[in-house]
Amino acid sequence: MRSGLTALGIIIGVASVVAMVAVGNGAQNRIESEVASLGQNLLSIFAGSRRTGGVSSGIGSASALTLADAEAVAREVTDVIQMSPEATTTAQAIANGRNTSTTIAGESPGYLKIRDWKLASGSMFDDKDVRSASKVAVIGSKTATDLFGPMNPIGQIVRVSNIPFVIIGLLESKGAGMGGQNQDDRIVVPYTTVMKRITGEKYLRCINVQISSSKRMDAAQEQITSLLRQRHRLSEGKDNDFNIFNQKEIADTVNNISKVITLLLGSIGGISLLVGGIGIMNIMLVSVTERTREIGIRIAVGAQPGDIRLQFLIEAITLSLLGGGIGVLAGIGASRIVGMVADFKPIVSTGSIILAFGVSTAIGVFFGFYPATKAAKLDPIDALRYE
Amino acid sequence: MHNTPVIQIKNLVKTYQTGGDIEVKAVRGINLDIQYGEFVAIMGASGSGKSTLMNMLGCLDQPTSGSFLLDGVDVAGLNRKQLAKVRNKKLGFVFQGFNLLSRTSALENVELPIFYSQPLVSLGEQRRRAVEALEKVGLGKRLGHHPNQLSGGQQQRIAIARALVNKPEVVLADEPTGNLDTRTSIEIMGFFQELNNSGITIVMVTHELDIAGYCKRIVVMRDGQIISDTINENRHIASQELAALDQAEHKAKLA
Repeated sequence: MRSGLTALGIIIGVASVVAMVAVGNGAQNRIESEVASLGQNLLSIFAGSRRTGGVSSGIGSASALTLADAEAVAREVTDVIQMSPEATTTAQAIANGRNTSTTIAGESPGYLKIRDWKLASGSMFDDKDVRSASKVAVIGSKTATDLFGPMNPIGQIVRVSNIPFVIIGLLESKGAGMGGQNQDDRIVVPYTTVMKRITGEKYLRCINVQISSSKRMDAAQEQITSLLRQRHRLSEGKDNDFNIFNQKEIADTVNNISKVITLLLGSIGGISLLVGGIGIMNIMLVSVTERTREIGIRIAVGAQPGDIRLQFLIEAITLSLLGGGIGVLAGIGASRIVGMVADFKPIVSTGSIILAFGVSTAIGVFFGFYPATKAAKLDPIDALRYE
Repeated sequence: MHNTPVIQIKNLVKTYQTGGDIEVKAVRGINLDIQYGEFVAIMGASGSGKSTLMNMLGCLDQPTSGSFLLDGVDVAGLNRKQLAKVRNKKLGFVFQGFNLLSRTSALENVELPIFYSQPLVSLGEQRRRAVEALEKVGLGKRLGHHPNQLSGGQQQRIAIARALVNKPEVVLADEPTGNLDTRTSIEIMGFFQELNNSGITIVMVTHELDIAGYCKRIVVMRDGQIISDTINENRHIASQELAALDQAEHKAKLA
């Protein structure tokens, strides 16, 4: 009973380490996959914010990026493997007697590849559609449901700014993006169509490029920056009139944050392990006092001081290992429960289990050592007389 | 067989330092030789130093000065580890309060000294020797019993088995009958007499003259010194005493 309560300290400690690290890992994984859902090795070049009398009107508002810029980036930056100019606007879409306000994303055919996005059915428009500014659309799953319900949208007509588009493809659902907006609420059309037929703008909102490898991201970002500064004739000391959104940077930041969180959660568990260890020391000290007579007998019949120390050390380690074992099970159980409640899956790593076992053994040794040594040093005469 | 005594004590002194500078001379220069095969009672009132002497004989305590040869080895200069080895190999202890481990069986209690023996003894051999020792004291059928399931006499017999299991040179008994009734006391003394007859040296501390009467030699201490050392001429024989006790009980029942 008392041993059980003592072991409880270790149980809670180990369980919280295992569970918290699992939750931390799970959260990290979830965030990573969210970042990855943006696409592979993505750099997005946004037109810079326009300043009017000290008021910044937000990214993409400046009219700075041109199609020529986009083509120059694709042509001159060595590590770019895909490029998709983007011209986006918001418009009312009408179809099937319903209407919805949605994002009209003007993209190139490479966009899906860059964003690592697949079609649920139908097909993507091609370069010919871009050249001719065709009135074809690929529709996001939420917009599809808003407009058509369960009906298959492919082949249907959707009217955007009074222009009829033929729906040729349906995107797979991707869920909420980094900013929290629903990525599935959009209609993707050729960028030329947006520029020529809907907005009449000559400027792009953004250029998405895919870089050959994550290692080349930073180098590519530098190349693009100097290329665009040159093209925009920005003299030294002047701010960029564009912003580059580096997926790797975001991913790194997010990773660092979640690592810190995992560490924080783990160290909370670590503190309870420490408290558990002190509990073990306490019970072992009580045990040594209570069993003074037994120790005296053992010494009298010829036990070496080392034998006595070993006996109590083994007891302390057994106690903490037992606690560790139960704690690991409890930790796995707790992370399962968290997994049911939260919208991500906690990952119980073997590493954290081994660590928990290792630490609880170490705690047994560390906190058992003093009581065990105390027992070994008892004077046999006093110990035998002890009541 | 042996030319030298098993215990040779010369000018043995033990002084305790109690609170501040007060010195208590518990044992003040004792000379005592005990031969192999003797059965010695050490008697004395409390405070006579007999327990202190016993602790030193049992290698549980070190003398302040003087020499103590046990089986030819000078024990006075040994450290804790070496003393533990001497206790394990050469000495067997029987205590007033039995001092058995209460949560372990009779068998495991008796195995304890072998468990701490060096070189290590295999588990099977440990068991075999412990069973043998328990059979010797007539408890061969109570191997698995725990001390609290047994009577005082039976517990003391386990303690005797434990004392014997490593085949010691000397068995030291500290008031072995102090917690027992008359009949059981005589039974236990009978055991000691049998053991002594088989050649084992026994040194016993007691303050009861009756009990000392079963020994071959009686040493009396007072104020840390030996005041008399005599051969017990009219020694009690436990088997006869028991028979007498039976008769007395029989008569009492008839009356």
